[in-house]
Amino acid sequence: MGMTMTQKILADHAGLSEVHAGDLIEARLDKVLGNDVTTPPAIRIFEQMGASQVFDKDKVIMVPDHFTPNKDIKSAELSQCMRCFAKDHSITNYYELGRKEMGIEHVIIPDNGLILPGDAIIGADSHTCTYGALGAFATGVGSTDLACAMASGSTWFRVPEAIKVVLTGKPGKYVTGKDIILHLIGMIGVDGALYKSLEFIGDAVKELSIDQRLTISNMAIECGGKNGIFPVDEITLAYIANTNPERYSNNEYKAYTADDDAEYESVIEIDLSKVPLTVALPHLPSNTKPASEVKDMKIDQVVIGSCTNGREEDIKIAAELFKGRKVADGVRCIVIPGSQRVYRKALDEGWLAVFDDAGCVISTPTCGPCLGGHMGILAEGERCVSTTNRNFVGRMGHVKSEVILSGVPVAVASAIKGFVATPEEV
Amino acid sequence: MSVKGTVFKYGNDVDTDVIIPARHLTSADPKHLAQHCMEDIDTSFVKNVKEGDIMVAGSNFGCGSSREHAPVAIKASGISLVIADSFARIFYRNAINVGLPILECPEAAAAINAGDEVEADFDIGVIRDITTGQSFTAKPFPEFIKKIIDAGGLVQYTKSKTEA
Repeated sequence: MGMTMTQKILADHAGLSEVHAGDLIEARLDKVLGNDVTTPPAIRIFEQMGASQVFDKDKVIMVPDHFTPNKDIKSAELSQCMRCFAKDHSITNYYELGRKEMGIEHVIIPDNGLILPGDAIIGADSHTCTYGALGAFATGVGSTDLACAMASGSTWFRVPEAIKVVLTGKPGKYVTGKDIILHLIGMIGVDGALYKSLEFIGDAVKELSIDQRLTISNMAIECGGKNGIFPVDEITLAYIANTNPERYSNNEYKAYTADDDAEYESVIEIDLSKVPLTVALPHLPSNTKPASEVKDMKIDQVVIGSCTNGREEDIKIAAELFKGRKVADGVRCIVIPGSQRVYRKALDEGWLAVFDDAGCVISTPTCGPCLGGHMGILAEGERCVSTTNRNFVGRMGHVKSEVILSGVPVAVASAIKGFVATPEEV
Repeated sequence: MSVKGTVFKYGNDVDTDVIIPARHLTSADPKHLAQHCMEDIDTSFVKNVKEGDIMVAGSNFGCGSSREHAPVAIKASGISLVIADSFARIFYRNAINVGLPILECPEAAAAINAGDEVEADFDIGVIRDITTGQSFTAKPFPEFIKKIIDAGGLVQYTKSKTEA
């Protein structure tokens, strides 16, 4: 029996010629990462373990992005804990606020060239699965797993079964990666891929830019997936050549392909030309509906950003749609470029001026409101259209507030209209 | 090892945001986390939970964020065991790693009611609902996971390996 793409990467990282779904393996890791919420507990565990040094100072990544710029004394202490550890252990890829390469972890880590096709990565953040877009195996873990991997450079995995997602057709106007992944989550449910790999394949992969693929892989976790992986093609290699020219030219990456006889638990076909602009209504990412069918749903806030939709392409689309238009009375629209690089691009291209003219709040990169941290918390009874990834009860604030997930075009249209709307309506 | 307690029952897709909302994540102190455990879906949980009580839920328990604060909060609140139809994978790993006993058992998750007295032996995976007299057998842990549990958690397991 052949292997899936994920299984091949795991086999190589475990030093095995083959693995099968259900096998428990010990795998070598190319990168391990954490943020200001998950790393401080990992540091405590690392020290309690009596570990004296990290396995490789170039392979441990630390990004303060959740409660930053720090919202209170306690969150400042979390960042301080991570900053001190990074300094003491000479962590190469520790990022400080405001610096050029800084931003939201899953936006900057690929953009800074830290992920190559074929890598195996764990991160103490559930959206670590984002990097599957580059043909890498990447999955989220907790702080104890991070601590142990920081010391050993390896971790255990149960080799996952896989679901093959065959993408065909061309997406319609304004339909983005977000609509595609919400559509899929709506089809299979929030546990539809529990413990499994999602392996995306098909003619339509080439229709998707890296930013769109990153959005799709990012939300694999929202249907329970262990990882969500794309094949490596010319678009991937062009991105790698641009983000890490040195390792690209040294051929340090490996493009895996699934065997023809790889076993898939199920095959799902999605014709992208039939995927509508999609929203997920409260309170689950699987509670999806075509945006055009949501009528008279008034909103109080819009958030555009996050590790799901804070990339250059997202902010560009937002600026194009906002140009010459205004945020509706009674609505706050918060735009959060996902990294300093995206922020600077938006500044240089005049996108920030567009947002400012439209009446948007423009924020420094942060996870902030996505997880109800800061920078846009909702009061009782308030409703937000958000390009983030979760709409659980209380996710963005009060337990009686509501979050509707969407892609960037629907979010902008909704901000302009004051209710859930599509770009055709503005 | 066996436990016995009163059941707190929840539905499907209990996410880590409701187990411990992000607004409380500025501290990882178990006592602090326990004070806010489940508060967004059950304000009475913290008031009523007693040492040794048991949590029973539906499918996909612990979905969402990777925050290990979630199993830590449940454990620190006094819960001795979580029984669910299924667990989200990061929560499953985190629970094993922090020493929160969990058992996957769809039959028990469906049949046990809130307020029932339940006892369980998680070495052999047998769950008994004392109130209704029903018995259930949970899925056994894979050998490798048992090794982690027997070592006293992932930290001890990793320590024994790195020292070897």
